[in-house]
Amino acid sequence: EIKYTQLFINNEWHKAAKGKTFPVINPSTGEEICQVEEGTREDVDKAVEAARKAFDIESPWRKLEPAARANLIRKFADLLRRDIDYLSKLETLNNGKPVGDSKGDILGSAACIDYYAGWVDKIAGETLPGAHDQFIYTRHEPIGVCGQIIPWNYPIMMMAWKFGPALACGNVIILKPAEQTPLTALYCAALLKEAGFPPGVVNVIPGDGPECGNAIASHEHIDKVAFTGSVEIGKKIQEAAAKSNLKRVTLELGGKSPLIICEDADIDYAVSVAHRAIFTNAAQNCTAGSRTFVHAKIYDQFIAKSIELAKNRVVGDPFDSNTEQGPQINESQFKKILDYVEAGKKDGAKLECGGERHGNKGYFIKPTIFSGVKDDMRIAREEIFGPIMSVLKFDSYDEVIKRANSTSFGLGAGVITKDLTRGLTFAQRLEAGSVWVNDYDAIINQAPFGGFKQSGHGRELGKYGLESYYEVKTVVVKLI
Amino acid sequence: MSPLPDIEIKYTEIFINNEWHKADKGKTFPVINPSTGEVIANVEEATRTDVDKAVEAARKAFHVDSPWRTMQPADRGALMRKFAELLRRDIKYLAQLETLNNGKPVHDSMGDIGLSANCIDYYAGWVDKITGETIPAGNGHFLYTEHEPVGICGQIIPWNFPILMLAWKLGPALACGNTVILKPAEQTPLSALYCAALIKEAGFPPGVVNIVPGDGPECGNAIVVHPHVDKLAFTGSSEIGRLIQETAAKHHHYRVSLELGGKSALIICEDADLDYAAKVAHQALYFNAAQCCCAGSRTYVHAKIYDEFVAKCVELANKRVVGDPYDRNTEQGPQVSEEQFNKILGYIEAGNKEGAKLECGGKRACDKGYFIQPTVFSGVKDDMKIAREEIFGPVMSLLKYDCYEDVIKRANSSSFGLAAGIVTKDLTRALTITKRLHAGTIWINDYNTFWNQAPFGGFKQSGHGRELGSYGLEGYYEVKTVSIKLA
Repeated sequence: EIKYTQLFINNEWHKAAKGKTFPVINPSTGEEICQVEEGTREDVDKAVEAARKAFDIESPWRKLEPAARANLIRKFADLLRRDIDYLSKLETLNNGKPVGDSKGDILGSAACIDYYAGWVDKIAGETLPGAHDQFIYTRHEPIGVCGQIIPWNYPIMMMAWKFGPALACGNVIILKPAEQTPLTALYCAALLKEAGFPPGVVNVIPGDGPECGNAIASHEHIDKVAFTGSVEIGKKIQEAAAKSNLKRVTLELGGKSPLIICEDADIDYAVSVAHRAIFTNAAQNCTAGSRTFVHAKIYDQFIAKSIELAKNRVVGDPFDSNTEQGPQINESQFKKILDYVEAGKKDGAKLECGGERHGNKGYFIKPTIFSGVKDDMRIAREEIFGPIMSVLKFDSYDEVIKRANSTSFGLGAGVITKDLTRGLTFAQRLEAGSVWVNDYDAIINQAPFGGFKQSGHGRELGKYGLESYYEVKTVVVKLI
Repeated sequence: MSPLPDIEIKYTEIFINNEWHKADKGKTFPVINPSTGEVIANVEEATRTDVDKAVEAARKAFHVDSPWRTMQPADRGALMRKFAELLRRDIKYLAQLETLNNGKPVHDSMGDIGLSANCIDYYAGWVDKITGETIPAGNGHFLYTEHEPVGICGQIIPWNFPILMLAWKLGPALACGNTVILKPAEQTPLSALYCAALIKEAGFPPGVVNIVPGDGPECGNAIVVHPHVDKLAFTGSSEIGRLIQETAAKHHHYRVSLELGGKSALIICEDADLDYAAKVAHQALYFNAAQCCCAGSRTYVHAKIYDEFVAKCVELANKRVVGDPYDRNTEQGPQVSEEQFNKILGYIEAGNKEGAKLECGGKRACDKGYFIQPTVFSGVKDDMKIAREEIFGPVMSLLKYDCYEDVIKRANSSSFGLAAGIVTKDLTRALTITKRLHAGTIWINDYNTFWNQAPFGGFKQSGHGRELGSYGLEGYYEVKTVSIKLA
């Protein structure tokens, strides 16, 4: 049952100002699930007004004791867990990821929210030494109205990553879920209301990028925008923010993350890490390990074992508990990925397995492996966001670090080796926001996550994740 | 006095390894209801061998491969939050028990339990936020610190806020991943033992928290001298605090934090709103029957407002309702024991003898139990006993001053330094005085307002180390520096 398909402003449900709706598709079948009200500029304006009111210095939200704010935030986490069965089914219906993955996402989201609830009464400024007749201190104050635009690959989790720090610091929010996946965000809006958040603190406006997202990025009365998505759109958002009111911008963008398998790696372990590094979430992961560098000494063995794993990967109905990989999110992605398969073949990489659609309904693609990939091929340079493993050979460690770093991206990187001196040295030299040694995609709520270079700027998670959600005010009192 | 409610005493044994034990030596000790002087229950008396057992259990639970040590930080936080939840769930019973044993009015007990649960929640939030650093070195090195749990923590708590003091101790210790042996005051062991049952119910692994009721000289001492206790924390009198630090040093224990007594000064300035100031002064002293380490027990009043202020204090003191702590109208219950009762009456006599003017009170209240009338002395001089020594009883001492520089000196001329207060409309004056007072906590236009996120502790002989806030964690982790040469 789809309960919520309207705009959520001021703890109320609204129809779109322009009276239009847009279809939401089930990627497992290609069929429409329902229609959702389409937010445009006028709706964003309404949401901004509600948010500004909720942020007024005399408002209930601003006057809440920190511990009370923490309780509200934790209550939301409790409700996510309470409704996990329904919510995970809804997430899978709309996004296509296996139900077990949806459940894991929701538990991770609730844990993230709890983590930030714990920060509420611990966000401290400083008192600073000055002249004997001065009293100097800093305040860490909420920024204000935060526009948050999230992607479709982890709908609930991306929402939790955004809400957590923003609410912990006392801000108010206008969230635009991805137009592909608005349903779970709207359900969560209802949970926020149930948890007891005052009206206007969190507003959810479903809509597209060019109208709705742009309205947020260019709004004169939104104080900060946080975006997770593609580099292309990230650049647009930063531009729009600058052109309007210089609102503060944080971006979590794409990646072409290298995973380096060293000669001393346990082959079976390395193969299993490399497999999930690329194929998790149907490869729809900003940190996907999409360039697998394998040492010449173990190259052939690695390829053979990887093919075996890829062939055994169960692709199919995400509601089937045996399924490991669901569909890609939509037709556009589906086509784009198959185009990359063609590009790989054309550029001379060797197609080891997969490379085509799975089944004849929905947007399923078989786990695909290219070997003999060269650094300058399109499949080695551009973000595919699809289940294509690209394996590249190396024999010099100094060189592979250079090759790993020669990309405009810098989101994640991994190295598998038993030699921790090598592992830690790599960690020093890889230009990536997250480096995993003998692991991949280890995301931990207390550790910051974000990109070097064009993978974005700013960090989410951890204490660092708070930094872009408060403004520092210095106060100097002269005692006369 | 209304007949006492029928409160079942469920736990009277020693709590080790999530199990209940009888005392090795087979002795028990009586626990008294200070409202009546009668015995509530007999509790197993822990001595050295019981402490040994507890330390053994705590060590096992602290082993690096134990469930407690291998748990994710967030799971540790979840256990702590569960304990907080259970405190709130059983607040009605627990409040009645606390009042039966300690004598504080039931609504104060309820308040204490709410605060305790909040404190545990506050520290539960820290579990996954206790970070070390990576530190710049050359490229050939990897340099970092780890903040590791310090180990087995011996915690000895007082009788004035039994549950709250338990929460203040367990919070940071558990947040940092330590294991604990806690000795509640021999006057007030009952609520701690009930909390032990809640800790077990919450799901803490055996041995993480152990509670050993007993006295100071046998049981407390056994904890202090035990070679396998890694850290000691004590809240109580300066006299015992000194003894603990000495004994600990003799046994090569250096990690000792102490929250001791105070003789805190409250300075009422000439521009203070008199009604407001009198209320602040009243609460500052009489709260919890004045059994507060930070009680505002030296009230300095500016000469310009002195007479009027004294009159208002006397009025408030006379109105204070002293009596049965189960009566909702009661504001002040009994003192905790006969010993305290006698000590306080002794101070009142000293006040009279040394020439302070007894404005009101000065005698026993009610004819059973250890109740004392709210007492006010005016014309107190700095060198009088009642102005120098910690009374821990409802005796307000009013001292006159007319010069701010002078009153700051007088406020600071105490070997204590726990807290202080200032009441004034002039914030420049307040902030200037604040810079010059030697006290761990200073309240401006307020008193006795505690925040879980703000540190609390003493300057000088009021102790060392801080509780609450992020500072409260510092005594509960050990810093390890690791320097790796990347060959």
